[in-house]
Amino acid sequence: MSRTMTYREAMREAIREAMNADEKVFLMGEDVGHYGGCYAVSKGLLDEFGPDRIRDTPLSESGFTGAGIGAALGGMRPIVEIMTCNFALLALDQIMNTAATMRHMSGGQYHVPVVIRMATGAGRQLAAQHSHSLEGWFAHIPGLRVLAPATVADARAMLARALEDPDPVLIFENALLYNREGDVPDDLAAIDIDHASIRREGSDISLITYGGSLWKCMDAAEELAGIGVSAEVLDLRTLRPLDDAAIMASVAKTRRALIVDEGWRSGSLSAEIMSRIIEQGFWTLDTPPMRLCSAEVPIPYAKHMEEAALPQVSGIVDAARKLVGG
Amino acid sequence: MTGTKLRLDHDHCRLLLKQMLRVRRFEEKCAELYTREKIRGFLHLYIGEEAVATGIMQALGEEDAVVATYREHGHALLRGVPAGEIMAEMYGKQEGCSRGRGGSMHLFHAPTRFYGGNAIVGGGLPMAVGLALADKMQGKRNITVCFFGEGAAAEGEFHESLNLAALWDLPVLFVCENNLYAMGTALDLSESETDIHAKAASYKMPSEIVDGMNVVDVEVAARRSVDAIREGNGPVFLECRTYRFRAHSMFDPELYREKEEVKKWTEIGPIRRFQSWALEAGELNQTDIDAIEEEVALEVSEAVAFAEAGTWEPVTDLLHDVGAEART
Repeated sequence: MSRTMTYREAMREAIREAMNADEKVFLMGEDVGHYGGCYAVSKGLLDEFGPDRIRDTPLSESGFTGAGIGAALGGMRPIVEIMTCNFALLALDQIMNTAATMRHMSGGQYHVPVVIRMATGAGRQLAAQHSHSLEGWFAHIPGLRVLAPATVADARAMLARALEDPDPVLIFENALLYNREGDVPDDLAAIDIDHASIRREGSDISLITYGGSLWKCMDAAEELAGIGVSAEVLDLRTLRPLDDAAIMASVAKTRRALIVDEGWRSGSLSAEIMSRIIEQGFWTLDTPPMRLCSAEVPIPYAKHMEEAALPQVSGIVDAARKLVGG
Repeated sequence: MTGTKLRLDHDHCRLLLKQMLRVRRFEEKCAELYTREKIRGFLHLYIGEEAVATGIMQALGEEDAVVATYREHGHALLRGVPAGEIMAEMYGKQEGCSRGRGGSMHLFHAPTRFYGGNAIVGGGLPMAVGLALADKMQGKRNITVCFFGEGAAAEGEFHESLNLAALWDLPVLFVCENNLYAMGTALDLSESETDIHAKAASYKMPSEIVDGMNVVDVEVAARRSVDAIREGNGPVFLECRTYRFRAHSMFDPELYREKEEVKKWTEIGPIRRFQSWALEAGELNQTDIDAIEEEVALEVSEAVAFAEAGTWEPVTDLLHDVGAEART
């Protein structure tokens, strides 16, 4: 059995469920309360849970993220919402120097069960400072778990799993997904966020992606099917740790890999995935793997320029055709 | 805040002097061990500032939390972290209080709620706010003490944290250890408003200036503040004016201050001053002081022996504790 809802509703329901299940869970962040959440994820929750547990914060990303980390150390289970990953740069010290290091640096005495959610991605003409895709940066850091739910079902299921984690978990929600509708199965426990998921089976090429780019890859795969190319679409879901086995299994089957990532190419998550394919799956390849990333430019405002800067369905189709020799 | 009387009898004088001497002698030994290359990395000594942590810790209960900086050997010792575990940590041994992974700047100890050991200036303040928030939300009467230097007042995290703590009425005691230099940059070269305690007023937080070279003054202020905080009156800010007698770290050639200035402060050093006062007041005699020195020397030598006898964490454990074992 399943139900249909939006990605936004799935997130909200997940928060509500977590707060009802455990009184130590609370949500804090900019505009999560009275405004209802910048993307309306927490709309209505203030009335339901009150200002202590749906806690509006001042514009102090480092301060309230660090406070979330401290509260986690103090026995609570905070969900910190940083409005967008662009602002998370202001909290990088706390995330990297405290949350990610604490367990190891303290000799295993302390751990930080904090969940930090943030919106990510471009595509809404918000220009250079509001269009970053920084999940790859955070996936660089040992001590963090980085999730990127792309489907409504994952959005519904991931939060509970993240809150069960005794260590810091970052959830990147592509802002273009909030209005997306999808099915959520009744059995959420069956959703395995630790492993990548094949969203479409194929035999000629693996499209390896995550988050907002998943749906571009699904559209591209449909188009490719029309011209006789069978594309497999692998949704990574968890960006750290990467599911190497799933990546290699898909590549071994299709013998061709195209990585689609909204992050920039240089020093990126796509570079990491490609390296691993070369290291672990080189002999299974028929042809060198390829990447489709954002152009190396601050994301521009004008619609046609922004579109040109981001991976698009047509670009994915073209790259895939090149790889399969079509 | 209400006045708090402090009974300075023989036992209490002995305790205060001993606590300050524990820190002093322990760190003198650390400096020596550093030159012998037993301790490596950075080593920031608290020598000269002992009255601050000694006085503050007197006001804390067992369930309270402590957040400190990278100059925190004294805070750890005074909080009750065993000296041997601190020394072993500085040796890099796995018997150290952070298994040898943190070193001098990252001492942690869960049994005493000692939360380090933060080597990013200002980085501990948000954590202290969060610990206090957790206590408050769980209905606990604990307070969190957060130590930091005056250099932290230039950081955004300082202002963000003061605002959050005041806005949410959190049980935090902010203790600024103003030793006049942020590494080598004098206060008047880095702050437009050099009166640090005045900054608390912009967050409607009660604050006061304390003579950080006088352990009694610090203890009285700490007890008064902690009582007020525990009553649920929100955070308090203490600016303890003190001075670091030694270099910033063992790498510091001290080009930025005059020898005369250092001399002037050492003459009013916290141990010298309190010891003379206690002798004059007849609360302690030379025999007491000799006995304290002997006890402290024994503790330090046992700490060194513990560290020397310690073992190295096996390299095969390198990746342990990056995350919970079950999830990695």
